[in-house]
Amino acid sequence: MLIKKPSDILASEITPRALYSRRREFLRQAAALGLAGSMLPASRALGQTAGPVTEQGKLPKLPGKPSALSVTEKATPYKDVVTYNNYYEFGTDKSQPAENAHKLKTRPWSVAIDGEVKNKKPIDVEDLLKLAPMEERVYRMRCVEGWSMVIPWVGYPLAELIKRVEPTTKAKYVAFTTATQPENMIGLRLPVLEWPYVEGLRLDEAMHPLAILGFGLYGEVLPNQNGAPVRLVVPWKYGFKSIKSIVRITFTEAMPKTSWNVAAAHEYGFYSNVNPAVDHPRWSQATERRIGEDGFFQPKRKTLPFNGYADQVAKLYAGMDPKKFF
Amino acid sequence: MKVWLPRSNQVDWIKAGLFALCLVPLARLVYGGFANSLGANPIETITRSTGWWTLFLLMTTLAVTPLRRWSGANWLLRLRRMLGLFAFFYASVHFMTFVWFDHWFDVAEILKDVVKRPFVTVGFAAYLLLLPLAATSTNRMVRRLGRNWQRLHRLIYVIATLGVVHFWWLVKRDVTEPLLFALVLAVLLGVRLFQRAREARPSALA
Repeated sequence: MLIKKPSDILASEITPRALYSRRREFLRQAAALGLAGSMLPASRALGQTAGPVTEQGKLPKLPGKPSALSVTEKATPYKDVVTYNNYYEFGTDKSQPAENAHKLKTRPWSVAIDGEVKNKKPIDVEDLLKLAPMEERVYRMRCVEGWSMVIPWVGYPLAELIKRVEPTTKAKYVAFTTATQPENMIGLRLPVLEWPYVEGLRLDEAMHPLAILGFGLYGEVLPNQNGAPVRLVVPWKYGFKSIKSIVRITFTEAMPKTSWNVAAAHEYGFYSNVNPAVDHPRWSQATERRIGEDGFFQPKRKTLPFNGYADQVAKLYAGMDPKKFF
Repeated sequence: MKVWLPRSNQVDWIKAGLFALCLVPLARLVYGGFANSLGANPIETITRSTGWWTLFLLMTTLAVTPLRRWSGANWLLRLRRMLGLFAFFYASVHFMTFVWFDHWFDVAEILKDVVKRPFVTVGFAAYLLLLPLAATSTNRMVRRLGRNWQRLHRLIYVIATLGVVHFWWLVKRDVTEPLLFALVLAVLLGVRLFQRAREARPSALA
């Protein structure tokens, strides 16, 4: 408009002084918002979703090439795999992780590498994703509680990472730590377990071809409740050893403390190899219920030593009394 | 204190309503079973739910007498048998899930569990003790047993305690729910002791 007289400018058009004095910040925010909005599809590629993920097709694809180490049993339905979880950081009910884990912030994410190791640089998850070719590993998963699943994981051997970070000769064990995000994890308010959740393997267990870093399942990125963006999968041990949402990998000389062992040492040992002959003090481990299959009209099935992976891993424990080293 | 004293047929209506209410947990499980909405492990859901409702109903039966004594609403006593039998009903369904879905009627395996697993031992014991209580719940039995009926049915204190311990011992780590039941039980038993002590003291107004 052509300003001829002072009254040509309406009082209502005058920018409030508070906003005017922060105009550069305002512009920056507007730019960031616009950029964020345009990046929305990209953020979905990073595995962040607006709400809970309970069915396939909601997460970006992550294919893996088939592996000879996969089992041929029927895989547990996706819906069961992602809505029946033990992830106490998001609540102790099986349904709570699926309801709450969407709050987990999975980017930016890096895994710190320390302890008895030469390359102590933290590795960003984007680099981890490219470290080695992705494979599809269909594994049995046996929970210490007495139920089991068959899950088509996508990942690569943990050995690939270990080789590259070069543990020293003093390294005998590998310890892992789960993320703690107090603002996003309601379960952290209760000391159900000591936080952060920690787990560990002997170095030869960690180097075994069956042990993988998991990044996806069913050909898609991991849903948060299953341990996004990177987790461990050790199929011959009880499920709690397959630690989720890893933020730190530490190589140690001494056997590391593990969360369930700290909570109840006589119930959960360091090794926790699946063994039908060694009962949990309070319940039997001789049988298991296969989720999605064993039910009202089928009896529970017999649990297999080392969860059916005895041929491949029993030699790691030759000479060790399983009742002592449980 | 002023308390509502319903007529006899009004209590019958209340009993009918309570009966229907007590069937709701079962109906939800049956419906859920057919609609496949009981989660990934429906047997665990059923076992957990029937166990919880057994404990809940046991607590309501224990709440009747303190409530009666405090409010003067003696008609509440007429609801107690139904609540007790529903507790027995849900305990039976719960027991069935153990015998059927967990062990497929394998008696040897069942007995092994009862003997070796402490939480099963106490649960099994609680259920066994419920049997004579259920069997002597009829009016005829009350008359036949006379004073001994009262003595026998005091077993409910033991049964409720065993039930809470059973729950506590089976939980992996999160004892929140068993703890809540333990607190409720402690209050309901404590109130009885308190009321008994009060009655024993000679009242200045008597």
